[in-house]
Amino acid sequence: MKLWKRLMCTCRRRSPWLFHMNSGSCNGCDIEFVAALTPRYDAEQLGVLLQGSPRHADILCVTGPVTRKAADAIKTVYAQAPGPKAVVAIGSCPATTNVFIESRTLEGPLGRHIPVDVFVPGCPPRPDAILQGVAKAAAILAERADHPPAAAPVIKPDAVEVQR
Amino acid sequence: MSYRIPMGPFHPGLEEPYKLEMICTGETVTDAKLHIGFNFRGIEHLAETRNYIQVIALMERVCGICSNIHTLTLCQAMERLTNLTPPPRAQYIRVIVAELERLHSHVLWAGIAAKLMGFKTMFMTCFEIREKVMDVLQAISGNRVNYAMNRIGGVNRDIEDPASILKMLEALEREMLRTIIPIFTTSTTARSRCAGVGVLTAAKAASVGVVGPMARASGLSQDLRRAAPYAAYEEMEFDVPVQTEGDVRARLLVRALEIMESCKILRQALGKLPPGEIFVPVEKYAFITGTATSRAEAPRGEVMYSVSWREGSRNPARVHVRTPTYANMPAVRWMVQGARLADTPLIQASIDPCYSCTDR
Repeated sequence: MKLWKRLMCTCRRRSPWLFHMNSGSCNGCDIEFVAALTPRYDAEQLGVLLQGSPRHADILCVTGPVTRKAADAIKTVYAQAPGPKAVVAIGSCPATTNVFIESRTLEGPLGRHIPVDVFVPGCPPRPDAILQGVAKAAAILAERADHPPAAAPVIKPDAVEVQR
Repeated sequence: MSYRIPMGPFHPGLEEPYKLEMICTGETVTDAKLHIGFNFRGIEHLAETRNYIQVIALMERVCGICSNIHTLTLCQAMERLTNLTPPPRAQYIRVIVAELERLHSHVLWAGIAAKLMGFKTMFMTCFEIREKVMDVLQAISGNRVNYAMNRIGGVNRDIEDPASILKMLEALEREMLRTIIPIFTTSTTARSRCAGVGVLTAAKAASVGVVGPMARASGLSQDLRRAAPYAAYEEMEFDVPVQTEGDVRARLLVRALEIMESCKILRQALGKLPPGEIFVPVEKYAFITGTATSRAEAPRGEVMYSVSWREGSRNPARVHVRTPTYANMPAVRWMVQGARLADTPLIQASIDPCYSCTDR
């Protein structure tokens, strides 16, 4: 049984499947995220595979400052991903809403809606930074695979506060 | 019997959230409805609360792919309100960055189109070549996406060594000529997937009011760089590629040919880069009361800014943006009618949609 658990941990860490979600970002982080998957940066060496459906994904990569219209969709997508799962917030927008702070049509930052495990700051972050974020999320995922109840978030939604 | 197929808002094919509802009979699409607004960040309203320095940083983030053209157009409008004329070297640098941006945007689009065709090798190849454009942009501006090049009355960074940039450009052009252009123009895979798909006739294109490569692929020859030259485009020699078929293949060809024209413009601009200042040194910007508009040819078509100011104010009274995708989007409805369901992602992608521009 112990061996089985260890095997599961390794498997989780070595083959995280990603789902990419844009919650109203400016595209900058999205193209850098795509660039991270392509030959120069080659995320596939981490065992990463981009999936078209959240139901197949282990790691959700979220970009954007969470617009009012996207807020509900994000919660739905988060609920659709099977546990254990991890969330990577790519860019400064999901962390703090960045230059769009004080906008009336935003419901951000992302931490208010779903638990976030790894923040990759930058506007936009470089593909190498995104890769590092995904690798960290994969390690978190491996820990959670060992303790399925520990699919609980690392950062609780109400622990994130943004100074306005 | 007809049925509805909702696609989106979170899409496996494209990067951005939007929803397309298709009404189908069998495999054939009879009508489509587009739902947008997932990216609405209220930027135009936010701009009224930002001062003249902050507004440039804000507008740069309207769109991450064509970030430079937004600040360029905004700065041109603000220059009209402050009566400043950027020095010739700044005008040339603006052209260089704008053309590099067009280059990376078109290669990116080619990659995404290839992916939607099911041609994944080509997608990877395109993105590998795009990295070389990004290298040039990074060498010039220090950034990969938001270059922060424009300011009121000039540019922020100088191109100190045009010769080294020229060398990088030559390598890039070789790569384009060797792989991207031949594959998209002669490959049977690309042809069989694109020819005759999503046709937009010239009459329809004119009545819907499409802009940019979309219009040029439908036989309407329009390009602001030639019709209303801004920055240093007046001194550049280039052709405006036009195709008349109006299908996805024509759009592919127009963009592929534009890549070559961009290289041509870049070579001229880097070769003739005039000496001098890169911005007008001003202690305090004196804005006058009024409204200034400015237009520029973004990679996706015409972008227009209308900026209103009140004298003595630090913030703009109103910034209005009209983006190319907003003009091109209604055409999707006419293009998908009668198309096969499997072709719709490619048809949507063929307008090179940018929903963060559209929604703002």
